[in-house]
Amino acid sequence: MDYWLIGELAFTGALVGLMYALVAVGIVLVYKTSGVANFAQGAIAMTGGYATWAISAGLGLPMWAAIPLALAMMFALGMLIERAVLQHMIGQPVIMIIMVTFGIEIFLRGVMPGTFGVAVKRLSLDIPQAPIFLGEMLINRAYLVGGAVSALIIIAAIVLFNSRAGIIMRAVSDDQGASWSVGIRVERAIAMAWGLAAGTATASGILWGSIQGVDWSLSLLLMKALAIAILGGLDSIPGVLLAGLIVGVCESLATGIIDPLVGGGTRDIVASVIILVTLLVRPYGLFGREQIERV
Amino acid sequence: MLYRRAGIRHTTYRHERQLWPLPFDRYLVTAIALFMLAAPFVLDRLYVVAYLLPWIIWSVAALGLNLLMGGAGQIHLGYGAVMAIGAYSCVHLVRAGVPFELALLAGGLMSALIGMIFGIAALRVKALYLAMSTLAMQYIVDFVIAHVPAISGGTQATIQVPPVRFVGLRIEGDVATYYFALAVCTVVTLFMLNVHRTGFGRALAAVREKDYAAEVIGVDTFRFKLLAFWTSSFIGGVTGSVLVVCYLRSVSPDQFHLDLSVQIVAMVIVGGLGSVLGSFFGAALILFTPIILNNLVGALASATGIALSGDLRAHIPLMLYGALIVGFLVLEPLGLAKIYDNVRNYFLVWPFRHARR
Repeated sequence: MDYWLIGELAFTGALVGLMYALVAVGIVLVYKTSGVANFAQGAIAMTGGYATWAISAGLGLPMWAAIPLALAMMFALGMLIERAVLQHMIGQPVIMIIMVTFGIEIFLRGVMPGTFGVAVKRLSLDIPQAPIFLGEMLINRAYLVGGAVSALIIIAAIVLFNSRAGIIMRAVSDDQGASWSVGIRVERAIAMAWGLAAGTATASGILWGSIQGVDWSLSLLLMKALAIAILGGLDSIPGVLLAGLIVGVCESLATGIIDPLVGGGTRDIVASVIILVTLLVRPYGLFGREQIERV
Repeated sequence: MLYRRAGIRHTTYRHERQLWPLPFDRYLVTAIALFMLAAPFVLDRLYVVAYLLPWIIWSVAALGLNLLMGGAGQIHLGYGAVMAIGAYSCVHLVRAGVPFELALLAGGLMSALIGMIFGIAALRVKALYLAMSTLAMQYIVDFVIAHVPAISGGTQATIQVPPVRFVGLRIEGDVATYYFALAVCTVVTLFMLNVHRTGFGRALAAVREKDYAAEVIGVDTFRFKLLAFWTSSFIGGVTGSVLVVCYLRSVSPDQFHLDLSVQIVAMVIVGGLGSVLGSFFGAALILFTPIILNNLVGALASATGIALSGDLRAHIPLMLYGALIVGFLVLEPLGLAKIYDNVRNYFLVWPFRHARR
């Protein structure tokens, strides 16, 4: 076996995993504050990619202006989803809430390619194409930048959770009634979490869009994000960081090593297998609280 | 007025327990049954093959999933995969020379078995995790089917369904396939109508409402969840076989992707969780609204002269499924069945509204 090849696969995989983790952060944020599993996160990332493309290509704004604008728009969209849909679902069985978020996912998956067309949209961040050499390892600059940005945002999310806003969110996640009684605005905290989730999803949509172009397949990030969120433990952000690395490396190694043996396609099921194995072995994930009700 | 209750006196327990105590309901069911039986001779061939047949088959699938989602309160996002397992098992057995009757049951059993393996993995934990693991199941089954040449014959391959016989009758042509699907649909519908009244159905209802409360009154929760998974997957497998034998006539991996699962989940939710009638309503709405809407949009576009992109029209179904799922869950969580029930309750005592119970 060629060790340089494995090293390259693992390193690239780790960077890719960090970019996946950026989508998963949103799932964890929303789950932590409101206990809702956000199955719409993949489509929100896709919508973020489309929004950025529409602003930069449609309105002709430069990238540095389009990205903050798209982030702000998506932040508002996240809050809107919470206000318009999720708020009506309070007190409903979990199965209904999950289905509502899944419904949003399907809806967005139809609306975005429907309005903007199926053709892949190019989203350029002006990252040079030439790879970087580390020894004999070829590292794609786009992945390097993406991984670095993702890691920064995730670390910022960890810092946020130790700030005042984060403590409010954690209080809400612990006990909504109790937070209410000490004067925390529970709805605002939950809306905030949805906004931030949509924001991080958009960031990842932009990063992925710059690499593979913007089209509906960005919504497939949902599966990887779910795998990362489950593996890391649904309510732990540091868990997301580590689980992202694990999922990315596994996926990259599987693609590089198993694919030639079975004839391709393993990339798509690594996340599924990780979800199943995690549920079998350690359902609360690596860092999650062990409070899952078992039957 | 219509659903007249006057003069109905229950003198025996058996009489009170019957499925449709009101004469009007009985007439309605009889009329619909007669219509469905006569359809191939009365209606144009196009309507039977392109509308009634898929409606029947998709309704059976929705009924099977409804047993799990509405009956036992478990979520399943990989029902398409379950159907795929049944379809492929059945087709391969038939091609190997096994009689179709056995192959149909074997397809169901195979689905039930594999569905239950994923169920065991998932049922140790609760709803949210179940959603994820069934979603994972969908992707894994898709991958295995597409990438094991012994099953699919390759990623792009299509396997023709050989001509089959059911108890001596050839199932080919429009009429025979229609009646076969109708027969399967009748059996499953009768099962679903009656399952609520058996110990099994009541145990499922107890599990759905609160699993530890069910445990307290002596219902083995884990066992009944697994049984629900088993039964639902069995129906799913049989439906998959019926789908390929009667409607698609050939089987290829891309027929059973996540889209199919999404479609059936949407049917169950739009129709009404736990309602037999709702499954039929849901299947009709989900199958036909995209077609009608597409025609409407097309007509509107040609009438007003606005050119609509093909991409937009191609994505109308997805938008509609999403919007219907979200809309029904937010506005009418019990679905079309509840709307029908409201209308029925209104007419039950019309025009004496004050007499409503």
